[in-house]
Amino acid sequence: MNVNPNIDKPIFIQIAEQLEDSIFTGVFPEETQIPSTNEISALLSINPHTVLKGMNVLVDEEIIYKKRGLGMFVKEGAVEKIRQKRQSQFYEQYVLALISEAMKLQMSKEDIISLIERGYNNERHSN
Amino acid sequence: MNAIQIKNITKRYKDVTALDDVSFAFEFGKIYGFLGRNGAGKTTLINIIANRIFADQGEILIDGIPAKENMGVHEKIFCMSEADLYDRDLKVKDHFKWTNRFYTDFDLKKAFELSEKFNLDTNKRFKALSKGYQSIFKLIIALSLNVPYVIFDEPVLGLDANHRELFYSLLLKEFENNERTLIIATHLIEEVSNIIEEVVLIDKGKILVQETVEELLEKGYSVSGAAQEVDRYCAGRNVIGYDELGGLKVAYVLGERTVLPQESNLQITAMNLQKLFVKMTEKGVGEND
Repeated sequence: MNVNPNIDKPIFIQIAEQLEDSIFTGVFPEETQIPSTNEISALLSINPHTVLKGMNVLVDEEIIYKKRGLGMFVKEGAVEKIRQKRQSQFYEQYVLALISEAMKLQMSKEDIISLIERGYNNERHSN
Repeated sequence: MNAIQIKNITKRYKDVTALDDVSFAFEFGKIYGFLGRNGAGKTTLINIIANRIFADQGEILIDGIPAKENMGVHEKIFCMSEADLYDRDLKVKDHFKWTNRFYTDFDLKKAFELSEKFNLDTNKRFKALSKGYQSIFKLIIALSLNVPYVIFDEPVLGLDANHRELFYSLLLKEFENNERTLIIATHLIEEVSNIIEEVVLIDKGKILVQETVEELLEKGYSVSGAAQEVDRYCAGRNVIGYDELGGLKVAYVLGERTVLPQESNLQITAMNLQKLFVKMTEKGVGEND
């Protein structure tokens, strides 16, 4: 985990995203405990209130939950939930940004589609 | 109210007004960054809070109790200052023992444990310590005192990077284990920007800003692009500074961010706390100017 104070994104969001990514990639499997506010705060030298705020984003999204007296745990079904969320964000985050840049560069729709196909072909060859 | 309340404090030195009718509060349970340029009035205010000097006007209340010449507040507040107020011939371990006798809430065992962590030789006399270790010694005393309000005035002066990191992580651990108010006055803004929750910015004896770091960072941003376009964008906005590089202009703006039109070639980027600080204190603009 690592936060970058120089990018245009609040620290608590960065923490939420990194925890989410760690859960998604299986670093913290479902129904296991994630590090405490205390531990993250000391590791990254970040105000514990900020860390807690980041965790609460994931609590609100029902990705983690609090076990009384024990700490925060990854919820069952969290990985699937994250996958669905990211799929629904894919259009806005990647497709729209791609089209906007392509238009600046005066690239046609066909250019883009052929590039996507090239990307998939390379992916297949490298696997 | 659980807070250090600063009410209408004014302090003058001959023809200089060091603090000009300053009022605000450090609330209980937060880590504050108390920032300001050299000569802004930081240390003067800290010394008034700590009862070392007196204000010409106004008063300080600590948890509702007037602080002036009141021994009772000593159990509530401790101030680690930049100036060395310690007996230079006394050994570190003896300083610890005396501090233990003066304060009911001093944790002697912790002081020795922390000394070990920092590799501070407690058999040395204060004057034999290097500049960095004198700071470390003062930090250890501050970290070992269980009082609700602790002020650190330039805490990391002369500390190497390893010791600074150790200090910040110990500070956060302290804060987690034992809720209280920690006030850090420092020039190393970027180092503390993630640690502090709220910023109090003092400039020329007045409070310029008191806001959470998050809100402040949200508010400040820079716009860059062709000079004309930048100027057009900035019309009617609160611009706190410019940089120019040939035809490229960067404007530093405070206020609500608006989404740029699709065809715009301007770029909006975040400002870090240090940049914001520099720009705000360069011109000395308040948020309502």
